[in-house]
Amino acid sequence: MKPPPFSYHDPRTVADAVALLGRLENAKLLAGGQSLMPMLNMRFVQPDHVIDLNGIEGLSYLREGGNALEIGAMTRQRDIEHSDLVRTRCPLMHEAILQVGHRQTRNRGTLGGSLCQLDPAAELVAVAAALDGTVGITGPKGRRELPFAEFPAGYMTPALEPDEVLTDVRFPLWAKGHGHAFVEFSRRHGDFAVVSAAALLEADRAGSITRASVTVAGTGPAPVRAREVERALVGSRASDELIRDACESLRAIDAVGDVHAPAAYRQQLAVVLARRALKTAHSRIT
Amino acid sequence: MAETRKIALTVNGRRREAEAETRHTLADFLRQQLGLTGTHLGCEHGVCGACTVLLDGRSVRSCLMLAVQASGHAITTVEGVAPGKTELHPLQEAFRDNHGLQCGFCTPGILMTLLEFLREHPDPTEEEVRIALSGNLCRCTGYQGIVAAALDAARRLRGAKRG
Repeated sequence: MKPPPFSYHDPRTVADAVALLGRLENAKLLAGGQSLMPMLNMRFVQPDHVIDLNGIEGLSYLREGGNALEIGAMTRQRDIEHSDLVRTRCPLMHEAILQVGHRQTRNRGTLGGSLCQLDPAAELVAVAAALDGTVGITGPKGRRELPFAEFPAGYMTPALEPDEVLTDVRFPLWAKGHGHAFVEFSRRHGDFAVVSAAALLEADRAGSITRASVTVAGTGPAPVRAREVERALVGSRASDELIRDACESLRAIDAVGDVHAPAAYRQQLAVVLARRALKTAHSRIT
Repeated sequence: MAETRKIALTVNGRRREAEAETRHTLADFLRQQLGLTGTHLGCEHGVCGACTVLLDGRSVRSCLMLAVQASGHAITTVEGVAPGKTELHPLQEAFRDNHGLQCGFCTPGILMTLLEFLREHPDPTEEEVRIALSGNLCRCTGYQGIVAAALDAARRLRGAKRG
């Protein structure tokens, strides 16, 4: 229950971190450490090198730019939780982050660390999918961008080359007055969700839905956008019946069964949580 | 030979310099090298909260960071909570008076969590206290006494501020 021996590196720039990744065999990046440290303590991972990103300047920021929220990969979850900008302009993220772990883990845990760990039920992963985020990735040839939808390459595996670092994330903002909700079912407060659902809605003056985003996470290896539900809503006036009927399609969602819940239970949760998220999001449209 | 690195940090207001093994967690460093065994290790994978300390005033699990990462920072452990050798902090007094501890194993982590929480939320509701404590496991006292102690401590600290 102690980390195995490794060499510790604390680069000061992203370029140095990338160079280290290119040069060193069996190296792991250390961000907030709230997932890597337990794995080290339990020796689930045994890297020869740990590259600590905490000493790199300029990876922790939170700002509005180009009608999007721009967040540095090393921004602590706590800083997102306490950000007025996030609370007022991206309330979905605020609601979700209150359900990420506990205050002690949010004080260390980072946005980038959570996205790269890519736990299928992680709240921030679901939020990135719901908001159509774009990730900024830096490697030896410079920076590239990738839509978040293409970031999960498999179960807990981000689409990063071995010598690339996630450096920043852009979350497009929804119109002021949009409705939002993030709901999840977990055994205990602070646990990863068994299933979660995120909903965003915009409506015109007559009450017709003009834009919808519905995401379900925890059913499979990565969050799923419920396109069929979104299509069923856009162009109609939202009502409890419309939402209920639209969410029925999620009963057939691909779902895995494991020790926490069988597949059929996850499918049921997907239907119920998407419905609850949409009803709440609808009620919050102003 | 394990890799080591010289680190300098402030622990409970006192500047400390030491040679730390790079693979050592902050918790092991505090306990083994500085002899501060008030910080307890329960699960060593970030679930139980017993090892919670303050890093620059923010509660963190000391089993989930490396000692070398604390270099240049200020750490407060449970040994740094009481104002003197014969005096308890109002939070500690509230725990004593409300049966907030039995075996005491989880207590240091709970105190450190509440120090930060009560600073940010001087007048919390019971539900807020329970959510704040959701990352600290207690297996014997029962949370009722702990929650009562936290609410009592909030009252005492508010009173102390006014007085």
